[in-house]
This record gives sequence, C-alpha cells and structure tokens, in this order.
Amino acid sequence: MNNIKTTCPYCGVGCGIEATLNNVAERSVTIKGDSSHPANFGKLCSKGATLGDTVSLENRLLYPQINGQRCDWDSALDHVAERFKEIIQKHGPEAVAFYVSGQLLTEDYYVANKLMKGFIGTANIDTNSRLCMSSAVVGYKRAFGADTVPCNYADLEQAELILLVGSNAAWCHPISFQRIRKAKENNPALKIVVVDPRRTASCDIADLHLPIKPGMDAVLFNGLLSYLQQTGKLDQAYIAQHTEGFESALAAAALSGPIEQVAENCGLHLEDLRQVFDWFSHTEKTVTVYSQGINQSSSGSDKCNTIINCHLATGRLGKPGMGPFSFTGQPNAMGGREVGGLANTLAAHMDLENPEHVDRVERFWGSDKVADKQGLKAVAMFDAIAAGQIKAVWIMATNPVVSMPDADKVKRALQACELVVVSDCIAATDTADLAHVLLPATGWSEKDGTVTNLERRISRQRPLFAASGEAKHDWWIISQVAQRMGFAEAFNYQSSAEIFREHAALSAFENDEQHQARDFNLSAFAKINQQEFDALQPIQWPVTLAEPRGTARMFTDGHFFTPNAKARFIPISPKPPVNSPCADYGFTLNTGRLRDQWHTMTRTGLVAKLNAHRPEPFVEIHPDDAKKHGLTARSLAKISSRWGSMLARIELNPGQQIGSLFVPMHWTDQISSHGRMGALVNPVVDPHSGQPESKQTPVNIKAWPAQWYATILSRQPLQIEDCEYQVKVRGEGFFRYELAASQAGKDWRTWSRSLLAHSAHADDDSYWLEYSDCQGGYFRTAYILEDQLQACLFVGPDSDLPEPGWLSSLFAKTELNRSERLSLLSGQPPKGEADIGRIVCSCFNVGEKVIMHAVKTHQLQNVAQISACLSAGSGCGSCLAELKEFLPKPI
Amino acid sequence: MKPKLVVIGNGMAGMRTVDELIQAEPERYEITVFGAEPHGNYNRIMLTPVLFGAKNISDIMIHDFAWYAKHGITLHCGADKTVVDVDREQRRVIAKDGTVAEYDYLLIATGSLPLMLDIPGKEVAGVLGFRDIADVETMIASAASKTHAVILGGGLLGLEAANGLLQRGMRVSVVNRAGHLLNRQLDKKAAAFLQQQLADKGICFYLDATIKQIISQDGHISAVQLSDGQQVPADLLVMSTGIKPNISLASRMSLECGHGIVVDDSMRTSDPAIFSVGECVQHRGELFGLVAPVYEQAKVCARQLSGQTDSSYKTLSAATMLKVTGIDLFSVGDFEGDADCQSLQLIDHALGIYKKIVLRGDIVVGVILYGDTSDSAWYLNLVKDKTPVSAIRDRLMFGQTPLAEAA
Repeated sequence: MNNIKTTCPYCGVGCGIEATLNNVAERSVTIKGDSSHPANFGKLCSKGATLGDTVSLENRLLYPQINGQRCDWDSALDHVAERFKEIIQKHGPEAVAFYVSGQLLTEDYYVANKLMKGFIGTANIDTNSRLCMSSAVVGYKRAFGADTVPCNYADLEQAELILLVGSNAAWCHPISFQRIRKAKENNPALKIVVVDPRRTASCDIADLHLPIKPGMDAVLFNGLLSYLQQTGKLDQAYIAQHTEGFESALAAAALSGPIEQVAENCGLHLEDLRQVFDWFSHTEKTVTVYSQGINQSSSGSDKCNTIINCHLATGRLGKPGMGPFSFTGQPNAMGGREVGGLANTLAAHMDLENPEHVDRVERFWGSDKVADKQGLKAVAMFDAIAAGQIKAVWIMATNPVVSMPDADKVKRALQACELVVVSDCIAATDTADLAHVLLPATGWSEKDGTVTNLERRISRQRPLFAASGEAKHDWWIISQVAQRMGFAEAFNYQSSAEIFREHAALSAFENDEQHQARDFNLSAFAKINQQEFDALQPIQWPVTLAEPRGTARMFTDGHFFTPNAKARFIPISPKPPVNSPCADYGFTLNTGRLRDQWHTMTRTGLVAKLNAHRPEPFVEIHPDDAKKHGLTARSLAKISSRWGSMLARIELNPGQQIGSLFVPMHWTDQISSHGRMGALVNPVVDPHSGQPESKQTPVNIKAWPAQWYATILSRQPLQIEDCEYQVKVRGEGFFRYELAASQAGKDWRTWSRSLLAHSAHADDDSYWLEYSDCQGGYFRTAYILEDQLQACLFVGPDSDLPEPGWLSSLFAKTELNRSERLSLLSGQPPKGEADIGRIVCSCFNVGEKVIMHAVKTHQLQNVAQISACLSAGSGCGSCLAELKEFLPKPI
Repeated sequence: MKPKLVVIGNGMAGMRTVDELIQAEPERYEITVFGAEPHGNYNRIMLTPVLFGAKNISDIMIHDFAWYAKHGITLHCGADKTVVDVDREQRRVIAKDGTVAEYDYLLIATGSLPLMLDIPGKEVAGVLGFRDIADVETMIASAASKTHAVILGGGLLGLEAANGLLQRGMRVSVVNRAGHLLNRQLDKKAAAFLQQQLADKGICFYLDATIKQIISQDGHISAVQLSDGQQVPADLLVMSTGIKPNISLASRMSLECGHGIVVDDSMRTSDPAIFSVGECVQHRGELFGLVAPVYEQAKVCARQLSGQTDSSYKTLSAATMLKVTGIDLFSVGDFEGDADCQSLQLIDHALGIYKKIVLRGDIVVGVILYGDTSDSAWYLNLVKDKTPVSAIRDRLMFGQTPLAEAA
C-alpha cells in the first residue's frame, strides 16, 4: 500500500495527511492534505506540506548511548532502570521525574504517566504542554468541572463574530485561520477582531485590531462582562439555570471600572473598544479563540476564566457558532491532557486530589501506590533538579534547555543532575547534549498511534517507514524500563492498539451517572481490536457506546461536570504581569512562533524552503523605539533580562507597540550562538496552572557593537569556532552561516581558506575568487571546484551584506558561467538577471523582488491577482497577509 | 589673402589638429603640411594589428591623399621632405630637398622617436624600433624568413610587437630591465597575470635583464648576450625601451625645450606664432605617449588657431588599453597609490581576472582592470570627474552602479 493516511505532527489543528510513498529505501514520500479529514479537508500549511523533507535520517538518533558511548538496548534499558531504582530506593520516589511532551502520541504518553503516577508513585511527570495550554486547562476545569473544549471547527464557520485573543492563528494555526478567512469571504457579515499587543499577520482579515497593553486581557473581559450587564445583554435564564457564582464574578468585574477606564487601562481607543463590546453584545454567535497570549501569563488561568465568564453570562456555548475556544499549540497537547500527562492531573481526566479517583485508578491499574498529590510542574521541577532534590530526570521528545523560561538555569540544572536520560528522535539538541543516556525514539514518519487535536478529534498517526536504526517507539522504551524496574505485568504491552484499548477502558471505567460521569469517555473503544484501531477514522471524543460516532459539541444541554452540574463563574481580580518594566529593563519582551518554523527547529530547520522565510533570530521593535535607542534595521542587538541575554537581528515593525519587543521562540544553540530566547524569559508562573509568563519579561535592548559581519554559503556544513554571533541556516543544497563578532576582524584569507576548503586546495589560488578592501573592512571570497561553486564568504563592516537570494540559486548549478562568476562576489546577479529577493511564498518559492516587480508591471490590485500571476499564496495560503503588503497603498 | 598655417609632422597629433580646425573654420587658413613618411596620416596605434596581419596599411589610413586635396591642403611628404630648418625671423620652413613654405602660424607635431639604446654591436641589420610603417614592413619580412625575435622592453609597444611576431610564427623572447612587465601601467600582480598569460602563448621572458651585446654574423644580428651572460638567439631585435620627444628641429630653432618642446596651456611654444602638440611637447613638466591626451591637445590647439583664445589644455588622466589579442587590460591614473590611498582588489585566478581600484579619500585615483575591461569607460569617468564614491564603495568593484541608488 503506497497511500497512507496519517496526521500532521506540528500544531494543534491536527490536519490529516495523505502520504504517498515513492521510494521507501530513499525515504521519498509525497505529502498532501487528506481531503476527507475534517480538520483540514485537504489543505496543508507551509510546514505540513514540506514534511516530506523532514523524514531523512539526517541528525537522527539511531542508537542508544551511555555517556556518549554507543551501547545495545539491553544495557541502556538496564542502566536506566537500575539507576532509577537505586535513586528511588535511596531518596524516595520524589527524587525522580519525567519531563515529557505534547509531541508524544497518546499511547506513549499513557504509558509514561502510568509508570510515574501509578507505579513509581509520584506525580513528578510534567510536559512541555505546561508551557502552552495549562492555563486553559485550569480555566475549563474551574468553569466546567472538566477540561472540556466545548467547540469545534465548524463553529468558526457558523460564527458571526470571532475574537482572536492572544492568538496569531495566521501563523500558528494556519489551516484553522484559513477556515476563518474563507468563512469571512462566504459571509462578509462575519466580524473578526484581533486582540493582541502586536499587529500580527492575523490582523489581515480583522475588522478591528485592539492593540491591547501587554497583560491587560482580564481587564478587557471584566470590562466586557460589566458592559453586558449594563447594556442588558445578559442571558439571565441561562445564568440562573446553568451557572453559579455570577454575582461575585460581576462584582469583581465591576472593579475594572466603566468602559472609559477599561479602555485607558488597556491602552485602547475608547471608540474601538466600544465597537467591539457592542459587536459582542449584539452577536449571539460569537466564538472567542484564545491561545498563548492568554495562557502564557502569571494570571493566565484567570484570563481564561474572564473569557469563559462572558460566554456563560450570555449563554453562548453548547450551540453552533459560539463558545470559548482554546487553541492548543501542539499536535497532542490534548492527548496529554486526556492521559493525565500534567503533574496536576491523574489520568483520563481524573484528579490526583480526589481519593475516589485515585482509588479507581489503583484498582484499574492494579497498583497500590498511585500518586495522590500533585507533582512538580515544569518550572518547579527544574528548580528541584537545580536544588538537587530531583536526582534523575527522563526527558522525552522535548527540548527544555531551549523552551523553558530562565533556560540557562535549566541548562545548569541538567549539567548538575545525577542522571539525565533523553529519549528523542534527534541526535543533537541542546538538551540531548547534556544527557547521560540517549535513547533513540521513532520519529513522526515511523510512529504508530493516536493524537487528539484542539477540537477533541482523535486521529491516527500511521507509520510510513519502519523504525530507523535501532530506534524504538516511546511506549516500548518506557515499558521496557518499567518491566526492568519490576512492573512487568502492568507494562507487558505488545502494540499501541493494546495501550489505546486500555486507555479507552480506563476512560470508561466507572464513568457513569452513578460515579459522577466524566467528560472524557472512550467507552466505544474499550474493546477495540488491532484491525479496528488501524482503520480508526478521525473522531471527536467523547465516543461512547451511546454516542459511537463521537461528539461534535459539548454542553448542548447546559449540564456541566461539576457536582451540581452547573458551570461556575470565577470572580477575577486582574493582575498585571509579575515583573513590570523598570529603569534598567524598560521594554516588555513578547515571544512567539513564526509562520514557517516549529518549536526548536529540529525538523523544520531541515527544510530549506521553510528557513527562507525568516532565516535568523530577530527582534521586532517599533521604529520610534529603534531610533531612540540608536538601533538600525538589520544590525545586531543584545537583549538582556535579569535572567539572561540573547543576540538578534533588528527588524523594524510599526506593528510593534512602543515599549514592546518580540522575539521568535525557535532558535537553539545547535544553530545559533546566542539565539535562545528562553534564557531571557522570567521564570514566573501562574499560581494555578504553573504556566510560565513567557509573553511578558522586562528586558533592555542595546546595539551590539559588531566589528564585522559575515555571510557564508557552503555546500558542506562547517565547523566555525570562536564566533560570538553565529546562525546556521539550511538552504537548498547549501548551508548558510550568518556571523558577527565584537572583536576586530581576522586575516580573512587564511581564515576563510582553511574554513571553506580541503587543505589541499587552501593554498592553490586557482580555486579561489577573492575581493578585498582591507581598509574598508570588506573581504569576499569564493571557492570553486571544476567550475562549480563550493562556498562563498562575504565580510563587511556593517550588516549591509548581500541578500543571499541570487547566491543561493548558484548552488543549484553544476557550473557557473563567466558572467555569473564575474558577478559572484558582488552578490548580485549579472545585469539583466533578476534577483528574486527574500522568499515570501514558501510553497512556490516566490521572492519579494519578484512580487514587487509583478505588482508594478502588471499593476496588480489585490492578492488574488498576485496569486493568479505568480502562484504565490495559492498553496498553503500562509503568506496571504504578507502579500497584501506589496499592493499599492490606498491614498 | 588668408593667413598661412604650416604644419611640421603628418602624424596623428598634427592632422587631428588640422581636422578639428577645418571642421570649425574650413576657410580660415591656407594650410601646408610636411611629413617625413611617404604616406598620408595613418593611425600609428593600429600598426600592431597590421603586424598581426589583422589589417593592412590602407585599413589604418585616417587621411588619405584625396582628403588633403579635397580640403586644399598642400602636403609635402617623404624622406626628402623632412624639414631641416625653420627661419623664425622670416617665418619660413625649409625642407631637405629645398622646399620652402612661409607661415603666419606654425604647428610643430614631430612626435617622438624610439629610444635606441647604445648597445655594442647595434649597427647591424635586423635591429630596429617599432614606430612606423617601415618598421612594421621590416618585421613582417623578417617573420617570413627568420625564426628568432628578441624584444627589448616589456612595455606596451614591446609586448604588442612580441605578440604580433609570435602570431607571425616567430619564437619570441622579451628582455625587460624591470622586474615586471608594463611597469608604467600595471602593478606586480597584474603584471604577473599578464606574464603568465603571454608565457602560456609561448613568449619567453627575461626579466631584471638587459642586453649587454649584440652578436652578428655577416652584418646581420644572430644573437644577443644578456647582462647575466647567457645568449639568446636573435634574427631580429626590436627595441622598444621607450620613446623620446622628437625635439631636434625645435632645439635648432631655439624654442624653449626641456625633455620636450615646452608649451603653455594654449599649446603655444615660447614663440607665440608657433604651436606644438603631441608626443614632442612638454606641458607643465609632463610628456605624452597616449592618444587621448594628444587628441585633447589637438582640440585645444585647433580652437586657439580659430581664435578661441580661452581654450586651454588641462592634463588628463592617462588610460591604457592594451591591444593584445585575447588579453583585456585597462589602466588609468595612480594605480599604486601612496600612504594616503586605499586599494580594493578583485582576483579570479582561474579566469585570469584581476581588478584594482585605488581610492584617495572618496575619490577613485587609479584603476587597473585585467581580464575584464567591460566597465573601463565608467571607471575612467569616475577618475576624470573625481566623483565621490564612498556611498557605493562596496559595489564599486563590480561595475557600473547608479550613484543615485546608493543615496
């Protein structure tokens, strides 16, 4: 069978994929959207569409290693099991921890959680989903009595008002965003409002953008609740019948003051705010989409509840086209929530602190030591590692040295930790570098199991290839360690289907009115067999014997999972970010995703097309701030917080607020020297969810006094030593390096020749082109072998180095012609040949210069015409917002 | 009656002046021209292609006899029409054969002579300069029957001769006193490229060397002995060790001379009735050997003769283009620079391309282009116009860049 249906491993949208295997030996596969999958109906974004380029064995971890030495699986598993046992015996179960990931499949996640909470007997298992949506979990649980996403994607199409709050869905959930875009095209009456400190690509389709002051969202939604009350738009019947706590929530909201005061405190124009409140008041079918801008906050849970409060007060949930809709970041954040992968949940949406739940799970698992209190959440967990309280940690499929707040501390903690086990599919990561034991896990193209997307839809990830090298499924690795720790019977799993069946059975175990029913219920799958599992179609939980076709929408009957079945209003007193800007750290740092990258770039970083969009770590700053601080576009800046610092390229963006900075979250030590933004982020967490405040850290920014800048393109990867600023970018057939240093330049000829070429060629002038302007600080050279470009280097005294667009294209050529060779060191194409410029459309490789030219010569007036003319924007559509920027501005 | 203008020297400088003059003022003068060669005015620069065989004499004629007739110019040409004396009192020019012409204004354009070094044994057949049609005819004849040619002097003319004789099948050696070729036009790096390229074509080089003695057999050169003692076979020795202004007549006339005939900015000599242009003059201490400044002098002189007394000559940067088949070479200005200068260089060893730009402050003062001269005109203008280039410094090397774009 050559066509395999599987699920995208990137964001929480959970798009279906149809993979066609072209050549298994060469791992050649064609990826396209699965037209029958309800998440995407055949569409894919730039990242999903290029998955085929990520399945190579490059940088794959293929063999177990102990202390850097390859070993066999038995030795590795014995070692891990023995060391964990030993440490537990000596220091108790609290001295060990698992730090897992929303990238794991539900089955992997289930087994990890079962081992830690059920058999080791501590809840010290937390997940990188802590960084992403744990506040949303708290918000739902407090309001609904369960972690239940009420809505689905169809609601986005049926809505008449959509608020995108703290969500740049255009880049972070592109396919859902395109559904909204399409919905607006089909129904021009649909109003879209973006609430975000930044003017993001999502504002492209917005009727109104509210550039809220960072961290003030709870004030806004409290203000909205008051406004609804004042304007008589409350659904009193719903409040009375299906909720409790309204009065106290309203009283708390009233403290935020009248709309004028709300507008002022949120830094918004009164008219704009009134317009949005007015739309909300008058629009029954309202969906509020919220994401990391809300969740990643020291009061993220509260912010979630202010949003939910407004929906409860208007009865706007459980019906088509409405509801508070949390957008999760990861492909299986939801699956992790279902199995209890968070340190503060048990399993199958049951609670650690509920003795009935603990008892039930003990009986189901056949264990008498199921954890009955919360474990350490991510930030606290790494603090405990740093403090020496946790002596062994097993990190699975995630990269906390990059992604955690105060990431330098995380790094130091792992460096000092007695036992660090890392299981991953990637060999070189900032975290794997610190591991004592490396366990090779299967990657996306080999995994076999299920994931749940952000509308509760469970989909199969199916293997395209057999496991590579000696890689094993995560569930197998965990089970083997569990067996060696003495839990053979409970972890004798033979397949992921078996684990899924057990997971479904647990969800259904004593899940009925008699035992107070739980939202998460897969009773229909409690006896699923392998064949059925293999054929499993995407389906939304709960999937019960009564509702075997799944459940599209929750709370349609107004019954919730609280003891009295009523939803709870939560009274919220808005809190500002814990750390506010001060004299030394006068800016607020915001962090987030880019359109074409995923997490720490271990996969997307392999795809040349995706790297072309934003090749380097950068910091966005308002032009006025830049001017005030003497920062120029494209130069380098050092951004510092009390916790750490990074170097980034300056990008001027008038869509950035005065006093705010934005940096992308993706760069690691593997591909950049000082690009890890996690080092800056304050390790401040929400008291309920433990989610870090990654969107608001006080920082300062200073021009970094680079003495020289350099760009290198090389067919071969290079080992560049001693360069303070260094970023590695994979291109099509080459690697690009951006370098800079604050020390004086080098003897460039000697340096470049030993760096770029075989030693035999270094001293032979005939392989080299060279341009030098020593006093001007310029040096450029190219290494050419049999007329084929091997490498080129451009050094200059400032950041005004050639755009590598045209130079990149030369690496596709087997030989350079004379005019290309003559132009090479200018970095510009020979006269008459066009430079396509920075890539805007990754799908069709369309550069900005091409677009500008086409817009001018063909007098293109809208994005549709650009797409018709150049195909740009007609693939994944992620660049549509950017394309708009090229159109003539209305007068 | 029209005033009389007499021109001594029927070469490129003199005739360019006359041509400019009659285009502006066709009827102003009665013109008489004396020339020592039996031809009309030909393009001396094009002697090299004649030597190659790429052109013949008629191809390189600028003004044939018909042109003189058409414009009513009296031409006295040939060896016996060589001017031997000028009577400045009587304003009369006297030729070897006794031809006399009176003048109101006299233009001396006697050009230059090859510098024939005083090497022992040079008074034999087969030793010559490379200056005129007769020299070229001699070389072509030798190439047809002889094998070995030695060129003394690795300057422009010497290398052209060397290459021309090579093309005609001779085995050619170049002896050069300096350590690198074209030392007036190229720095060492460019010269090394050039030497390599010419060596690849088959020319032998003896650098840092002079000829101590000319060895002959039967009154014809047979070899040369170099300063280090080694002998190089030679059936032909072309001396191209430079030129010297031909000032013998002017000296006899007691005009003020230095190395050349001293002229002021209006191209007048010390006698206000006598002008001089071309390689025979010395202007503000400078001598000339390239066509562009000479033509500029001709233009100024013609204007003066037509009464535009405000016209004056300013020294132009000398630019060199080498006319050797398959070699593109351009050089202008101060290509070595001094302590205040900065230099930009581009080298492509495999393609044989070397470019150097010398800046003083933000002005281009010198340029060498070797292997690719496609932007030479632009660079020449940058040098001539003293265009500030700091805004395009990093693009300067890569050819014509709109200066506005950089602003």
